[in-house]
Amino acid sequence: MIPAAFEYHRPTDLQAALATLQEFGDEARVIAGGHSLVPMMKLRMATIGHLVDLRAIADLKGIRIDGAAVRIGAMVTQQELIADAALARAAPILRETALQIADPQVRAVGTIGGNVANGDPGNDMPALMQCLDASFSLVGPNGSRAVKAREFYEAAYVTAREDDEILVAIDFAAPGGGYAYEKQKRKIGDYATAAAAVTIRKDGTACSAASVAMTNLSDVPVWSKAAGDALVGSACGPADVGRAVAAALADIAPTADNRGPAEFKRHAAGVVIRRAIERAWSRA
Amino acid sequence: MNEMAPISREERVEKLKGLGCSRKRVEDVRFTQGKGNYVDDLKLPGMLHGDFVRSPYAHARVKSVDKSAALALPGVVAVLTAEDLAPLNLHWMPTLAGDKQMVLADGKVLFQGQEVAFVVASDRYVAADAVDLVVVDYEELPVVTDPFKALQPDAPVLREDLQGRTSGAHGDRRHHNHIFLWEAGDKAATDEVIASADVVAEEMVYYHRTHPCPLETCGCVASMDTVNGKLTVHGTFQAPHVVRTVASLLSGIEEHKIRVISPDIGGGFGNKVGVYPGYVCSIVASIVTGRPVKWIEDRMENLTATAFARDYWMKGKIAATKDGRITGLSCHVTADHGAFDACADPSKFPAGFFHICTGSYDIPVAHVGVDGVYTNKAPGGVAYRCSFRVTEAAYFIERMIEVLAIELGMDAAELRAKNFIRKEQFPYHSALGWEYDSGDYHTAWDKALKAVGYADLRKEQAERVEAFRRGETRKLIGIGLTHFTEIVGAGPVKNCDILGMGMFDSCEIRIHPTGSAVARLGTISQGQGHATTFAQILASEIGLPADSITVEEGDTDTAPYGLGTYGSRSTPVAGAATAMAGRKIRAKAQMIAAYLLEVHDGDLEWDVDRFVVKGAPERFKTMKEIAFASYNQAIPGVEPGLEAVSYYDPPNMTYPFGAYVCVMEIDVDTGVHEIRQFYALDDCGTRINPMVIEGQVHGGLTEALAIAMGQEIAYDEIGNVKTGTLMDFFLPTAWETPHYTTDFTETPSPHHPIGAKGVGESPNVGGVPAFSNAVHDAFRPFGLRQSHMPHDHWRIWKIARDLGLHG
Amino acid sequence: MAKMQLRLTVNGEAAELLVEPRELLVYVLRERLGLTGPHVGCDTSHCGACTVDMDGRSVKSCTVFAAQADGADVTTIEGLGAPGGLSVLQQAFREHHGLQCGFCTPGMITRAHRFLQENPNPSEEEVRFGMAGNLCRCTGYQNIVKAIMAAAAELNAVREAAE
Repeated sequence: MIPAAFEYHRPTDLQAALATLQEFGDEARVIAGGHSLVPMMKLRMATIGHLVDLRAIADLKGIRIDGAAVRIGAMVTQQELIADAALARAAPILRETALQIADPQVRAVGTIGGNVANGDPGNDMPALMQCLDASFSLVGPNGSRAVKAREFYEAAYVTAREDDEILVAIDFAAPGGGYAYEKQKRKIGDYATAAAAVTIRKDGTACSAASVAMTNLSDVPVWSKAAGDALVGSACGPADVGRAVAAALADIAPTADNRGPAEFKRHAAGVVIRRAIERAWSRA
Repeated sequence: MNEMAPISREERVEKLKGLGCSRKRVEDVRFTQGKGNYVDDLKLPGMLHGDFVRSPYAHARVKSVDKSAALALPGVVAVLTAEDLAPLNLHWMPTLAGDKQMVLADGKVLFQGQEVAFVVASDRYVAADAVDLVVVDYEELPVVTDPFKALQPDAPVLREDLQGRTSGAHGDRRHHNHIFLWEAGDKAATDEVIASADVVAEEMVYYHRTHPCPLETCGCVASMDTVNGKLTVHGTFQAPHVVRTVASLLSGIEEHKIRVISPDIGGGFGNKVGVYPGYVCSIVASIVTGRPVKWIEDRMENLTATAFARDYWMKGKIAATKDGRITGLSCHVTADHGAFDACADPSKFPAGFFHICTGSYDIPVAHVGVDGVYTNKAPGGVAYRCSFRVTEAAYFIERMIEVLAIELGMDAAELRAKNFIRKEQFPYHSALGWEYDSGDYHTAWDKALKAVGYADLRKEQAERVEAFRRGETRKLIGIGLTHFTEIVGAGPVKNCDILGMGMFDSCEIRIHPTGSAVARLGTISQGQGHATTFAQILASEIGLPADSITVEEGDTDTAPYGLGTYGSRSTPVAGAATAMAGRKIRAKAQMIAAYLLEVHDGDLEWDVDRFVVKGAPERFKTMKEIAFASYNQAIPGVEPGLEAVSYYDPPNMTYPFGAYVCVMEIDVDTGVHEIRQFYALDDCGTRINPMVIEGQVHGGLTEALAIAMGQEIAYDEIGNVKTGTLMDFFLPTAWETPHYTTDFTETPSPHHPIGAKGVGESPNVGGVPAFSNAVHDAFRPFGLRQSHMPHDHWRIWKIARDLGLHG
Repeated sequence: MAKMQLRLTVNGEAAELLVEPRELLVYVLRERLGLTGPHVGCDTSHCGACTVDMDGRSVKSCTVFAAQADGADVTTIEGLGAPGGLSVLQQAFREHHGLQCGFCTPGMITRAHRFLQENPNPSEEEVRFGMAGNLCRCTGYQNIVKAIMAAAAELNAVREAAE
């Protein structure tokens, strides 16, 4: 498997990267870790004239934690997320999720920015970001803007990011409380058959806040407001969890693939979501 | 300092590192350092790269191929199509199964991924670009991927080249997509037993299509030396001598002008037995261009176009008395062979050795019939880590036993024990015509059941079912049992041949004057460690340390003719040849020793590494001394030198067997499973290297795990391959693979010179039914009889749903 | 398309060569630098046979363009041996029969080398998880796990003795 030829650019600052995107328009595309894009290019399912590699742009690196505010540079790798002790304290769900992505070598190269920006419904970070109500900082020729993760995904591989914009960072508030990322997959390296990200805060014996989002159960990640609402105010007993699961399932639209028919995925999703809620509640 | 004390007999045995020793592998020194020599490592001066234009359609007419744009690309040297090969009569080639196969699409394509044109360019990048520039005009035709639909009267005609032919290489064809009907056993008697039996269990057992998928794909480098007129082909060949003969027959180049070399091979598992269009095109391209041409397939090409395995629909009936004594077995197979019949079987056996399907059981009467069918799928049908169609047979009988146990309301372990061929019945003549050489099934079975605590497991399982019914758990326990009997070591020349070449094998030994040796064999290791183990056989036979013996394989210019490595035949056949050649060496050595010791031949006896004068242990000659003498003494009536060659035609196959138990936890809601315990007892006769045997068992079990639990070549209804990359084609990682417990009994083969039977494929043959039976067993209390593999999450979930376990 | 000047450090030595940006790192190593230890098994970053160490991380070199590797420090299996022989890991793979056909072995050992630096004292479960990016078709992993555990113990003993 050999990709078609391309020109390679490695800008060292954001402005230069944006200028290259501007210059080559439709023919240009940014590459981060490349573990989604490179196989697509090798299979010649993607042909790109100008590849703009973001690896040398220092501004895109780094994890900053300021109280509850977390900012993660787009070029931070999954391995760096996993290894960051401060992040593991502030928002351990990132580590838990990242460990379930692909395999060690892919995590060593794959970035959080690539994972959220590619728009692949199989990627795990988009649902997590929706669960956390993160926002994505995009920089383009007309300056920068922030787009909520919950508003970013339009269809498979179609996002709110314009072709001439670059995702530079992800911001979210550490949720506190309990958390879980539960994923069913066929093997290491596979995308999810069904996966769910859940955060829950507990006030006394009742749930005071909850957020539920799901991976690979629609052509976009799905944040289920109704599922979270069903938990808030309850003691997350079996009936409450059942209501939340039912609400979440009402928001998904799985399709058949080699992992199984839609009906199976819906059933597995129900189990996965319930387990994620129960685990998050047990940690709250 | 004292004189060195003479070493003891035990120390001398130990020094040899012969039979039974877990000798460390000699191959590993280079492999661990990245210094293996695989075909894609080869780089010859001026070498070109070949790449295929392949069909995106499963069935289409090829109206035109326009190669002008590709030829115009700088670096492109040639683009070959069927039209270019036709004048050489190489646009089609014979298959191993008596059919013929297109090398490049001749007017139509019959499966997705079929080779349409071969691009030859200066490097792999240009070749890939040129593939994109070849414009092929296709007209789509109706596709059939279901072998039952293929046999319907109005099914599309796939093989237009065979239209009107009412018979083929294996007898009558009764339909335009029918290849053969092959039968064994007594149909009338079997039907009668089944019609009058107390109990009959009937089931359709499907063994799905999969692929051997060695980690190294197939490839070759063809190099025509235009000055000497000699063609050298390096490639991933499990049978290099056969490739040489085929290449000679196809090309008209005399066989002594062809040299075939199998370098290190990165796993084969049956995938590298056949001859593929890539080899033919590379050879033609090298002859045409006068330059070496390399062709290495990528993984997607490997999975979609080179030899698949299995795809057998097996309809069985098993009859028994009320108390569980099996009285008869019948099986009809609908065998999906894909677009061309390219099964790799001995010529007279179009369904391989499927008629070993009476398994480990004493079944008085049986019948099998196998219908081969063409469909719009890739050709192949190779023995994926098994002897020819033996995994299909073992899976069939081990499923039928389970179904019969359900029908009888009996424990499946007890039913097996009740019907095993008894130790005193060997050699045993099966109802389908085999002579089982040896076995002791009850001993192995009892040992296995005891080792796993079978009775306690059944108790735990019953308690779990109760807990499940009370709503306390959503997990069930399955206990997967298997007792398999394999038939390996093809095979006796009187009935086993490939393309007319008898399936003997060979070994040639040269002892050097200073007491070291080189042995060359007609086989080729693909990871089995022949360089290590064959030296051990020889060390025990000739008394020279294994470390002083080099084993070479794979170069047809130096190795004696052999039929190669597949079907667990290396140890039973080439291993026997090695022992026999060693014995020839020893016989000559005895004459030399007698001369040196001035005694009669008969006054000497062999002792580990020397000939000793009977009754005078202080008078001896070591093999090392004899070796030297053979080159420097003029011995009356004895030629100088110490060499031997043996071509071994086995009198029978060997019949390894084993008892496996798999304990599996299954989540009925998600279909997720966990292997809690896997116990594998193998009896492969005499054990040459226990470490290597254990490694083979671990590996074979893991391939079985993959096949049973998720691995498949799946097609959609228009013939697209749905599982063409390792994202979807399941190969387990270390994470999904359980820890195995291995065990053994040792029942030597009575006809093999050292009693060895072969082991590499047993764990796949026995492993698949063990894993599958565990899944079935978990749901037996809820009424499951049969559910087809692979048992991936959704299919297990579907079992539970269909049984009403989701509420 | 324009070629570019690629600068790499490979197994401690500087290398400079003219390449197309699209060339894959694995082929640059294998075909231009003659380091045929890393193998191509799957082409889609699943099998790990092409694993090399790049700037202190395990990466799959079939999924890295030459251009992306410009300036990188790369170590292949050929750079992991001990002077005059096998390293502790290589020896452990041989000792515990952690390989058969040898095709996955260079990637496997290269990954294990990095893994033991990430986690010098792993449990068996951690070894299985840490090695899950490398497929082996022959061994069933049991002896690979055993070899890595044994190498870890030996390396730790050497480290402790040195302290």
